[in-house]
Amino acid sequence: MLGRLRQMLVKEFIQLLRDPKARFVLFAPALIQMMVFGYAATFEVRHVPSAVLDLDHSQESRELIARFAASPYFDIRYRLQRREEIRTLIDASDVYLAIEIHPGFAELLRKGRTAPLQVILDGTNSNTALIAYGYVSRIAETFAQDQLRDRLNRTDPGLVAVVPGVVLEPRPWFNADLLSRWFIVPGLIGSIVLLTVVQLTAFAVVRERELGTFEQIMVTPIKRSEFILGKTVPFFLVGLADTAVVATVGTLWFGVPFRGSAPLLLLGAALFLLSMLGIGLLISTSATTQQQAMVTGFFVVMPSITLSGLGTPVSSMPPALQWICEFNPLSHFLVVLRGLYLKGVGLGVLWPNMLAMALIGAALLAFTTTRLRKSLD
Amino acid sequence: MRWKRLRAIARKEIIQVVRDWRSLVIIALMPIVMTLLYGYGVTLDIKHIPMYVFDREGSQRSQALLKGFQASEYFRIVKVVHDYPDVVRGINSGRCKFALIIPHDFSKRLAEGATVGVQALIDASDDNTANIIIGYSDGVVSRFSEQVQIEWLERQGITNIDPPLSVDARTWFNEDLESRAFILPGVIALVMAVIGTFLTALTIAREWERGTMEQLVSTPVTPLELVLGKLIPYFGIGMAATAMCAGLSTLWFEVPLRGHLTTLFGASALFLSVVLALGFWISVLARSQLVASQVAMVATFMPAFLLSGFIFPLDQMPAQIRFVSYFVPARYYDTILKGVFLKGVGVGELQFNFLALAGFAFLIASVAVLSFRKRID
Repeated sequence: MLGRLRQMLVKEFIQLLRDPKARFVLFAPALIQMMVFGYAATFEVRHVPSAVLDLDHSQESRELIARFAASPYFDIRYRLQRREEIRTLIDASDVYLAIEIHPGFAELLRKGRTAPLQVILDGTNSNTALIAYGYVSRIAETFAQDQLRDRLNRTDPGLVAVVPGVVLEPRPWFNADLLSRWFIVPGLIGSIVLLTVVQLTAFAVVRERELGTFEQIMVTPIKRSEFILGKTVPFFLVGLADTAVVATVGTLWFGVPFRGSAPLLLLGAALFLLSMLGIGLLISTSATTQQQAMVTGFFVVMPSITLSGLGTPVSSMPPALQWICEFNPLSHFLVVLRGLYLKGVGLGVLWPNMLAMALIGAALLAFTTTRLRKSLD
Repeated sequence: MRWKRLRAIARKEIIQVVRDWRSLVIIALMPIVMTLLYGYGVTLDIKHIPMYVFDREGSQRSQALLKGFQASEYFRIVKVVHDYPDVVRGINSGRCKFALIIPHDFSKRLAEGATVGVQALIDASDDNTANIIIGYSDGVVSRFSEQVQIEWLERQGITNIDPPLSVDARTWFNEDLESRAFILPGVIALVMAVIGTFLTALTIAREWERGTMEQLVSTPVTPLELVLGKLIPYFGIGMAATAMCAGLSTLWFEVPLRGHLTTLFGASALFLSVVLALGFWISVLARSQLVASQVAMVATFMPAFLLSGFIFPLDQMPAQIRFVSYFVPARYYDTILKGVFLKGVGVGELQFNFLALAGFAFLIASVAVLSFRKRID
């Protein structure tokens, strides 16, 4: 039994590593994806290209604009003279935000009336627009507070010191500087391993079938369990190696802190790989051509990544989709990855996700084994 | 180039596509599934954020502040806790993303005329959600603060106080800031990248692997005829997919389509030529379906997802990555798509993007045809 399994494994590893192009496929796509995604996937909104149109030319309007200019969130590229220019700039996507101060702005402020501040946003990218608007309101808010205090200072100087107020003191935990990279990189580890391992495993059996070498294996005395182990063990090891490589890049290159325990990461990756191998083999045994395997693989990979919480939180999805996410091994693995990387929590918090991955993996592998029996007969 | 030979190759390819009904069904479903997935599953509109409340005072004043959070559709108070460790547990386990802590001397210090801080503990492992939480909660708290100030000033006998500033925001193109309207047009580019490159990447590689290339080489067909003949069926599939995506987005998800259909389909035909030629080139180079599929993934789907401005804003990326994005055809297509759907602009405003797409199509197609050799090594 062990002898046959060893032979099968030797054959699989030779097949996996023989072709230089195939060797390249094992690690290079994972690394490239990690580097590109790590840099490109950001939701941060800084230096929003902006334009200002100051029609008031007063001390107050200049002060307000100076506050926008001093903020790291806005990059004032244009100081306009005419209103029509706003339209041209926004249409051409040269700026996403325009601030317009009407004539009479300072006069209204001095009289103690409400002065309007017009903000025009390009809403094409709703997320950027929303966050940029948040920054605008915060600047406007502090400006208004200061004006109110100034006004009070002029009329009742004694009162200024005792005006009550409430301020929010945000304490962002786990990622104090709100860096997108810290959020995206741990998630990428799971997604990249999924992409690589499912695609590789999906080709494993169907390739033999298409090339006709499947029959040759069938005439050998190899048993079904040995065949499956022979087909999965190499990819399991490749998957673990990919996890290690990508995780190392994430920590050393991108500087994302790893606050949890490494053995737990290994356990999580191993459990996650069980499901990935199960899915890959299921595709491979049911497909008749490699093209079918690839198209089906993509059809599984795509929703898994979309419904995992990689870029957008699961809690914002409709309830039906949130329920589906419970059956998605990747969404559990992402909780484990982010828990280990950023939160530094242990098995006490992560056990439900670990258990879910183990159950899904076991179910998938069991189902694949019974299916394979039929296709072998 | 002879029409007859071209027709024969195209016919052979169509037969091959139609015969593999399983892949065909998946391809037909792909635009629908992807549009539904992104329409429902990927939302950047963050609402109903689960929050904990730790009200250490429990006074009328503190309850009034909490009312602001209850009334907001952005927050959902899932639990009122009575000690700090409960808050920590909630955030660690992910049961809440945000916890508001009101100090025990809240109303007393307000009565003294102090500025009181309320702490917001935020799970910032997802920086984007954290940013939005800070923005929304800051808004709730400052409105409350303003209310408190006005009441206080009125008690001092200073009445009819106008707030100094009112921000009047106008959002153009995507008035309700729905992330769906921002994301769905870009999904067309994703679907085309997948259909175009994935499928074609396999067509030539398959002939090499199965040995049918020798039969093709022995025929009088020229490389150009072979390229065109093989790509025509996939061109048809791709255009049909565009129509399906656009129809579903506008009719089902009510994304506005403000530009001309001719602009949309013209750009789609250009982009489709680019990805088809790219897929063909990859398959000429790779010669193995496994390698071709992995390379196609890294070369087309990934850039279309990441470096096109589909979700992640290009201007927030590091300069090097932004430079790379200029070589990504999907970048130009994505700009056109968002322009046609949301901004309603035409070829005139988008001419640079159209020219870039045409340039890529010509360049890649030439390279692909030239690198294809009718020779058995």
